[in-house]
Amino acid sequence: MRGRLSPFNVVSLTLGFAFLYIPILILILYSFNASRLVSVWGGFSTQWYFALLQNQPLLDAAWVTVRVAFVTAILATVLGTMAAISLTRYGRFRGRALFTGMVYAPMVMPEVITGLSLLLLFVSIDLDRGFWTVTLAHVTFTMCFVTVVVQARLVAFDRSLEEAAMDLGATPWRTFVSVTLPVIAPAVLAGFLLAFTLSLDDLVIASFTSGPGATTLPMRIYSSVRLGVTPEINAASTILIALVTIGVIVAALVTKRSVLMRQAG
Amino acid sequence: MPVVDKSSRAIGAVRQSFAPWNDASARPLIRFEGVTKRFSDAVAVDDVSLDVYENEFFCLLGPSGCGKSTLMRMLAGFEEPSGGRILLGGEDLAGVPPYERPVNMMFQSYALFPHMSVEKNVAFGLKQEGLPKDVIAVRVAEMLKLVQMQRFAARKPHQLSGGQRQRVALARALAKRPKVLLLDEPLAALDKKLREETQFELMDIQIELGTTFLMVTHDQEEAMTMADRIAVMDSGRLVQVATPGEIYEQPRNRFVADFVGDVNILEGAVAAREPSGLWRIAAPGALGPLMVDDPDERLDPGQAVAVAVRPEKMTVTRERPEGPNAFEGEVWDIGYLGDWTVYRIRLDDGRILRVTRANTTRFVERPIDLEERVHIGFLPDAAVILSS
Ligand SMILES: Nc1ncnc2c1ncn2[C@@H]1O[C@H](COP(=O)(O)OP(=O)(O)OP(=O)(O)O)[C@@H](O)[C@H]1O
Ligand SMILES: [Mg+2]
Repeated sequence: MRGRLSPFNVVSLTLGFAFLYIPILILILYSFNASRLVSVWGGFSTQWYFALLQNQPLLDAAWVTVRVAFVTAILATVLGTMAAISLTRYGRFRGRALFTGMVYAPMVMPEVITGLSLLLLFVSIDLDRGFWTVTLAHVTFTMCFVTVVVQARLVAFDRSLEEAAMDLGATPWRTFVSVTLPVIAPAVLAGFLLAFTLSLDDLVIASFTSGPGATTLPMRIYSSVRLGVTPEINAASTILIALVTIGVIVAALVTKRSVLMRQAG
Repeated sequence: MPVVDKSSRAIGAVRQSFAPWNDASARPLIRFEGVTKRFSDAVAVDDVSLDVYENEFFCLLGPSGCGKSTLMRMLAGFEEPSGGRILLGGEDLAGVPPYERPVNMMFQSYALFPHMSVEKNVAFGLKQEGLPKDVIAVRVAEMLKLVQMQRFAARKPHQLSGGQRQRVALARALAKRPKVLLLDEPLAALDKKLREETQFELMDIQIELGTTFLMVTHDQEEAMTMADRIAVMDSGRLVQVATPGEIYEQPRNRFVADFVGDVNILEGAVAAREPSGLWRIAAPGALGPLMVDDPDERLDPGQAVAVAVRPEKMTVTRERPEGPNAFEGEVWDIGYLGDWTVYRIRLDDGRILRVTRANTTRFVERPIDLEERVHIGFLPDAAVILSS
């Protein structure tokens, strides 16, 4: 619906955005607070960002988080893309609907359940909890998001592009590498960034599956907040927000550009 | 009326001297042998046997859904026949994957790779062959020149117009110098004027390269313009395979007569064969019996037949024309098309016949007007008898 903004629309838009973003804005604002007291504005300062550099446990946690998110995003992208391809391409095999449902299930599964079941699995196969258990757990719950994004692109994919490539002498593998993959690349990249950001800000599943030496940044922030909110934590959170925002914006831009290109097809 | 000696008459083909299908010693380049394709719920191609010769411009013509694309896709290797064989240069293609067949296809949607420049698109097939870079560059330049797209080499497909994309698709399909070029409705997306221009360009390119073209279309005019021979298909079967002239002037049955061009069908029954060789046919509504010169037909007296006459082979006059083959009726509609005028004339029994007249002069004395009583006539050799 196109038209002038009515007063009602303006009000609801403002309220909605205020509700969504005021808490985050307050957090960002207080990360630049010169005062140590969280509730008192003591002037503008970037001292807490420098203080972060001295906080070794927080830095360690940040490093763990980035590594986990990166490895997670790679594995989830590969597996999720493969799942999307088989679900869209190999016709109607037996149990296709079931598989599709099973791929989507982790998206709506309560995180506590996912975390708990993974914890039980790791304990029962006697896997030491640490970097790899968190990463594996993150792959299981981010993979389905990649599948959804890539599948949406594959459904709109013009199969005659692949036929044309094969017609011109490309083997199925060459066709995949030089035509299919480049054409769906924006969706794959968007899926990668989505998996990366989801892994970056996960707390619940990480708490269940992590072990000594593999504390992630959200876990570290959460545990220190229980001892009281410090401006330093606000600063760390602000950096996290910035990272996630950049990831989401890049994913959106990449998708938009590919839509423009596809329209000409 | 004397019978004309048919041996001296030719039915208008464009390349009169090119007729390998009449040469018993010529070996076909492509041969379909009893090819059938069944999909789960329907038969798309039904027992098709067909020969296509080297250098030929061959058209598959038929209404939507009659199996044209399926037949072509089986030759390209995208569908496996459910029965029968396809031979290319005498070799059975069964089990040969599409990327090993020496045929290339131009897709209806063009299927240009959106992430590659025009140049890269055209080079794609050559790269798969592993040709050296400089050879590829030369060939690509040559192809782009052929379709007059040199200026656009660096553009991406989404920066081109529909007609330009069509040219790139053609260049890409021709770059590997295939033995056979398959074209699936290559001009369907172009507007009428550009389509006509491109038709002649395609014909020139085909003659220049000497490649065998197998084209699918559902546009009868396009098939007539471009093809050496046309195969008319109807629900998966071949109805008639012949030159455009034969298809038009000697349609095998009502479907072909009706699908290719306009036609008036006059029902009747065979009365006798005249000593002159003409068939005398009793047709209700006509002013006297019809006389038809169609010596190849074998008919029995009393047999029900249809006489087919093209609108442009009929005349409209105020006075009854001399000779046989006359109808009388009232002018019902007149359509002025510039080059032609179309008269729809209603006979007294309610049937409507179409007659067209070429507008050879700019002004007409006393033009025939609506609701006038007129006579329709045609010569014995203007009509064809359709017995089936
Ligand atoms: N993959 C398929 N699965 C099932 N049926 C199919 C498939 N491909 C084609 N058909 C059916 O086979 C018949 C012939 O299709 P085909 O595409 O060859 O028609 P066409 O003559 O090319 O028509 P058009 O002029 O509309 O392109 C149609 O009835 C179509 O529905
Ligand atoms: Mg088709």
